[in-house]
Amino acid sequence: MSDMVLEVRDISMRFGLVRALEGVSFSVPRGAFVAIIGPNGAGKSTLLQIILGLQAPTEGAVTLFGGPPAKFPARSLGYIPQLKTIDRSFPAKAIELVVTGLRRGWPWYIRKDEREAALAAMAQTGVDALADRQIAALSGGELQRVYLARSLVRKPTLVVLDEPTAGMDAMGEADMYHLLARYQEDVDATILMITHDWEGARFHASHALLLDRQLIDFGPSDEIARNERLMRMFGFTGHIESTHNSTNSADSPASPDAATPNGDHDVS
Amino acid sequence: MFLESLEMPFMQRALIGGILVGLLSSYYGPIVVQRRLAFLGSGLAHAAFGGVALGVLLSVHPLWVAVPFTVLVALAIVWVREYSGIEPDTTIGIFFSVSMALGVIFLSMKQGYSGDAFTYLFGSILAITTTDLWITGGVAVLSLLTLPLWNRWAYATFDRSLAQADRLPVFREDSLLFVAIAVAIVVSIKVVGIVLMAAFLVLPPAAARLRARTFFEMTLLSVLIGLSSVVVGLFASYALDLPSGPVIILVQAAIFAILLPLRRRTG
Repeated sequence: MSDMVLEVRDISMRFGLVRALEGVSFSVPRGAFVAIIGPNGAGKSTLLQIILGLQAPTEGAVTLFGGPPAKFPARSLGYIPQLKTIDRSFPAKAIELVVTGLRRGWPWYIRKDEREAALAAMAQTGVDALADRQIAALSGGELQRVYLARSLVRKPTLVVLDEPTAGMDAMGEADMYHLLARYQEDVDATILMITHDWEGARFHASHALLLDRQLIDFGPSDEIARNERLMRMFGFTGHIESTHNSTNSADSPASPDAATPNGDHDVS
Repeated sequence: MFLESLEMPFMQRALIGGILVGLLSSYYGPIVVQRRLAFLGSGLAHAAFGGVALGVLLSVHPLWVAVPFTVLVALAIVWVREYSGIEPDTTIGIFFSVSMALGVIFLSMKQGYSGDAFTYLFGSILAITTTDLWITGGVAVLSLLTLPLWNRWAYATFDRSLAQADRLPVFREDSLLFVAIAVAIVVSIKVVGIVLMAAFLVLPPAAARLRARTFFEMTLLSVLIGLSSVVVGLFASYALDLPSGPVIILVQAAIFAILLPLRRRTG
């Protein structure tokens, strides 16, 4: 029996004349920590939306834990959106945001058991002292930890993060990866994470998926680290540089025609 | 003097009608404000003018036509926003102008007196009839039935993508929210007037936001400000012999101005 918790089969996505994704296939084993990497406009967020069942692909199919993504139970999913989409003007305390992980709704009051569970999750991510602070008063790193607590409070089997380290300092990034790794060890969770920070992700993610509308490569991180297109994209800094137009860069370590899109990728 | 004024039936109806309208608009207001939909109040109120004018043309009570007309416009706004990706303000602007254009055409087709439509344009709290009160009261009761949805509307207001990832039927619930707001607006315009409707939806929650630490607090404070401004504004307009709707709005604006320097700092 396959131990693949996510199977993506030949999916394509078009928005009118725009092709966001083209023939993407890969499979993710249980307990993998997958870093999804690619330039802006590569279709990373669209891929995540399809995996979460929030959009249907134009072609192809996705199986998540043996069923269609839209049927995957919300209580088993920990989703952390991009910080830049968050409305900081919304009047809310940090603990209220964590409690939404238990309720699937905004709390007008917090029960004692909910408060205890939320505080325990916030202690795990080191923000329990900020429970009653307004979200508008939190730093980017603190807010990200609150979101992580919101995700962990429901003890999900799948954690999905959209650029979780964007805007964080090096210490914050290291803490975030450490927390994720510890949680993953505890519950054997599968983690999917979009990131532009390959340098940080490569040492923590078990697998990497390189996307540029098509699947460029997918496999164990240490193998993907040798992908020439990836090296060209990130240079030696580990952070994404100029994207599609970087092929003629003087400091590009590889030739421009080194990589071609791959077909199916099964990694275990 | 104020108690004496309450012996007059039109003042009793004005007070009850004003309180109901104040409750409705200040309850939905925080969601409207936090979703950056301040233009929605004005847009739907103007859209209602098309329905009111059609009612006048057909010689039926304008609300019986304006309610379904505005609900259809609200659903069209939600649908176009969802499927076109056009910004909500642009979508609202399209339907607002089309409805107003239709309203003017309907009125031009009406033979004879069409002054009733202009009552809705500027509002007349003192002209509230018993039928208006029953309709507004019915809408207030229906709004009470939507209270269990408050936590989900609030959740999607905070972050639509989180609510969607949690498998909430966000599009369906947004449609219901817009219908509820549309109905509340239509029954309110007789009191407040189409031109000033947006203030009722925006000023109480904007003032409440200055002191609230949670969204629930913001909603409670907004309702409190909405109610108290109606009572104070109504009696002030009676004492000063000024039109009630604008005076109520000035009271709301005064509360906002008082709370502005007292706003709660984050942290």
